[in-house]
Amino acid sequence: MKLILKDVKIIHPQQEDIKEKTNVLIVDGIISKIGKLEKEDNKGAKVFELEGKVIAPGFFDMHVHLREPGREDEETVVTGCNSAAKGGFTGIACMPNTEPAIDSAQVIELIKKQAFNHIVDVYPIAAATVGRKGELLSPMAELFEAGAVGFSDDGVAVKTSGMLKRAFEYSSMYNLPVIEHCEDESLAGGAMNESINSTLLGLSPIPSIAEDIIVMRDILVAEYVKGKIHIAHISTKNAVEMVREAKKKGIKVTSEATPHHFILTDDAVKTYDTNVKMNPPLRTREDVDAVIAGLKDGTIDCIVSDHAPHSPEEKETEFEFAPNGIIGLETEIGLSLSELYHKKILTLKMIVEKLAINPRKILNIPVPGIEAGQRANLTILDPDEIWTVDIDKFKSKSRNSPFDKKLLTGKPVGIINKCKMFIDDELINI
Amino acid sequence: MPLSNRHLLGLQNVPKEDIQLILDTALTFREVLERPIKKVPTLQGKTVVNLFFENSTRTRISFELAEKRLSADSINFSASASSVSKGETLKDTMRNIEAMKVDMVVVRHSAAGTPYFLTQICDANIINAGDGIHEHPTQGLLDMYSIREKFGRIEGLKICIVGDIAHSRVALSNIYGLRTMGAQVSVCGPSTMIPKFIDDLGVSVIYNIDEAIQGNDVLNVLRIQLERKAREYFPSIREYAKYFGINEERLAKNGKDILILHPGPINRGVELSSGVADGMNQIILKQVTNGVAVRMAVLYLLGTLN
Repeated sequence: MKLILKDVKIIHPQQEDIKEKTNVLIVDGIISKIGKLEKEDNKGAKVFELEGKVIAPGFFDMHVHLREPGREDEETVVTGCNSAAKGGFTGIACMPNTEPAIDSAQVIELIKKQAFNHIVDVYPIAAATVGRKGELLSPMAELFEAGAVGFSDDGVAVKTSGMLKRAFEYSSMYNLPVIEHCEDESLAGGAMNESINSTLLGLSPIPSIAEDIIVMRDILVAEYVKGKIHIAHISTKNAVEMVREAKKKGIKVTSEATPHHFILTDDAVKTYDTNVKMNPPLRTREDVDAVIAGLKDGTIDCIVSDHAPHSPEEKETEFEFAPNGIIGLETEIGLSLSELYHKKILTLKMIVEKLAINPRKILNIPVPGIEAGQRANLTILDPDEIWTVDIDKFKSKSRNSPFDKKLLTGKPVGIINKCKMFIDDELINI
Repeated sequence: MPLSNRHLLGLQNVPKEDIQLILDTALTFREVLERPIKKVPTLQGKTVVNLFFENSTRTRISFELAEKRLSADSINFSASASSVSKGETLKDTMRNIEAMKVDMVVVRHSAAGTPYFLTQICDANIINAGDGIHEHPTQGLLDMYSIREKFGRIEGLKICIVGDIAHSRVALSNIYGLRTMGAQVSVCGPSTMIPKFIDDLGVSVIYNIDEAIQGNDVLNVLRIQLERKAREYFPSIREYAKYFGINEERLAKNGKDILILHPGPINRGVELSSGVADGMNQIILKQVTNGVAVRMAVLYLLGTLN
C-alpha cells in the first residue's frame, strides 16, 4: 500500500535538519521518498494532510509496567501496547515486577508471544536477581539471549552493594545497563514525601534521602566496576545533582524522569487522592525545579511514564493502604509538550531526544531513521492541538491517573510501525 | 450562629468562633451530666453510627454515652482496619451502612485521611474520632475545655505538649486548636519523636523537661505507646522515664503549680509517676467527664445543622 504524509515537518536529531515542511512517501511500510512528489507518486496513494504536524522517529517509553503475567485484571501485554499506541509510542520496555517476575527465558517468551505482531514493539527488562529478592543473580546470559534489554529489580533497589556490584560485572558482558529504583529500604515504607505536608496530613513520611543514598551508592559502585547505571524515575534535588556530577566525571550514568515528578508537588496529596500516591513520592517545589533543570541541561536523558496500572478497587481506598503508581502512557506526550515545550524549557528536538532517541541508546536498540529506504517507524505529533484528558477514553485497562480533565496543548496524532498505522483510534495495514 | 462546616474532620482551619461555640455548648451539656436524669431529647430520631476500625474503649464509650444522653439512636460497628484482609472495601462498607439511613458517622481508623475519604462517598455528617497519626479533634476540644475550665481562658496561656509528637493524633489537634484560640504552644520530647518540620506550625521545641515545666502553665502529657513501633524511637523505657517522665520530685524542684492533662490511658511510671497521676495537679478524670460533654456539643451542633 502507498501512503503519503503531506506537508509534515521532520524532526530527527540524528539527521540533517529539514527546515521546511515536506512530504513522505511510504510504500509497503518502507519510506521510499522524502520531498517533492511527482504525479506518479500520488497515484493510488492514501494521502494524510498533515499541515502543522511533526513526524519524528517512533517514540519509546523505557519504563512501563504491563502487569502480565500475574495481574491481567489491571493490564495485559496487549492492552498496555494499545495504550502505548494511543499515547504515540512505537516501542516500550516493560518492567520485571510481574508475578512471576521476569527472571526466566520462559516469561520473556510469554511476553513476546503476547506482543507478537502488535504495532508496538515490546522489549522486556529482566530482573537483576531471582524473584527480585536480591539474593541470587538472575540468569542474565539466558535472559539476554531471550531478548532482555536491561536488568532491574524495579519496585526496590538491588538489595545490597555486593549484589549490585556483581550485577554490574555480569551484565557488562552484554553491555546492558542496570536500571535502579533508588530507595533505601530502612528509610522507605512511608505513604508520602517527608515535608510539612506529611506532618499536616498525618501520613508516614519517606525522606528524600532514601533516594539520595542509593543514587550515591549506585554511582560509586558503577564507577568502581565501570558499569552502566540508569537511574529510574529520579525525583530529588540531590539525586539530580549527583547524576550531574557523575556525568561530568565520565561515569556511565543515565537517568529518566516522569511527567508527574516534573509537574506535581506533594501539595497534591492534601486531598488524600490515591491517584497521587506513587513511589518515589511527589516531592517539593525545589525538587520539581531541580528535575526540570536536569531535563534542560541533559542530566536527565529520558522522559518515561512509569505506567503503573491498578484496579479501581485497589485505589479507591484509604491512602495508606492504596498501592503506589499511576498510568501515564496516554498523557505523557501531552504533558511533556504542555509543560516542557510550550513553557520553553525544551525544544521539540530535545523532546524527541528524550522520548525517542536516548531510551533506545541506553538499551542498545537501533534508532529508526527517517530516510528513503528505511522501515517507517514514526510518531506523528500535533504540537499545538488543545485537548482535554478523558480517562474514559483510555485504551489502558486501568483508570488511575491524576490528570483526568486536564487541559493540554500538544498531542500524538498517530504512529507507524511494522507495516501498520494507528491513527484516529483505528489500526490500518499499510 | 451555626458551625461553618457540616463535618468535624480535624481542628486545622476550624475558625475560632466554631471552637468557642462548641466549648460554650459543652458547658450547657456539662450541667446536664450533673442532673439526676442525665438525658435530653435533642437528637431524638437521629441515627449515629460509631464506625471503629481500630481498638478503642474510652473514645467509643464516650461517644456512645454522648449519643445516648442526647437521645440519638446509636449503633456500633467494629471491624479490622485492613479492608483487604476483610474482603470488603471501606467504600462498600460505608455504602452499606449509609443504605441503612444513618445521619451521622463517628469514625476511628488507623489510616490518616479516612474521615475525609468518607465525606467523598457518603452524605452523612462525619466526625473524626481519630485517624492514624493525623488528628483527634474531639480530644483537642476536650483538652481545651478542661484548660478553659481551670483558667477561665485559653488565650495567652503557655501550653507544652510532652511525649511522642510525631506519632500522635492528639498533638496535632491540640496544636491547631490551641493556636487558633491564642495560646502559645510548645512541644517537648526526644528529638526522634518530634516531626522534622514542626517549626512551620508555629510551635517551639524543648528537649529539657524541667524547662518545659518551668516555662508553661499547662503540660499536656501524651501516652507513650509502648505497644507500637514508637519503641524504636527511644533507647529504653527507663531512659524515657528518667529524662521525660514527670514525677513529684521534678514538680517540687521546679516549685511550680502547673496543670497536667493526659488523654489516657496512662503508663504509670513512664510518662507520669503514680503520685503525679493521682495528685492535685491533674484533672485527668475530669477530662473524661468533659469529653462526654464536648462530644455531646459536637453531635448536637452538627446533628441540628440541616
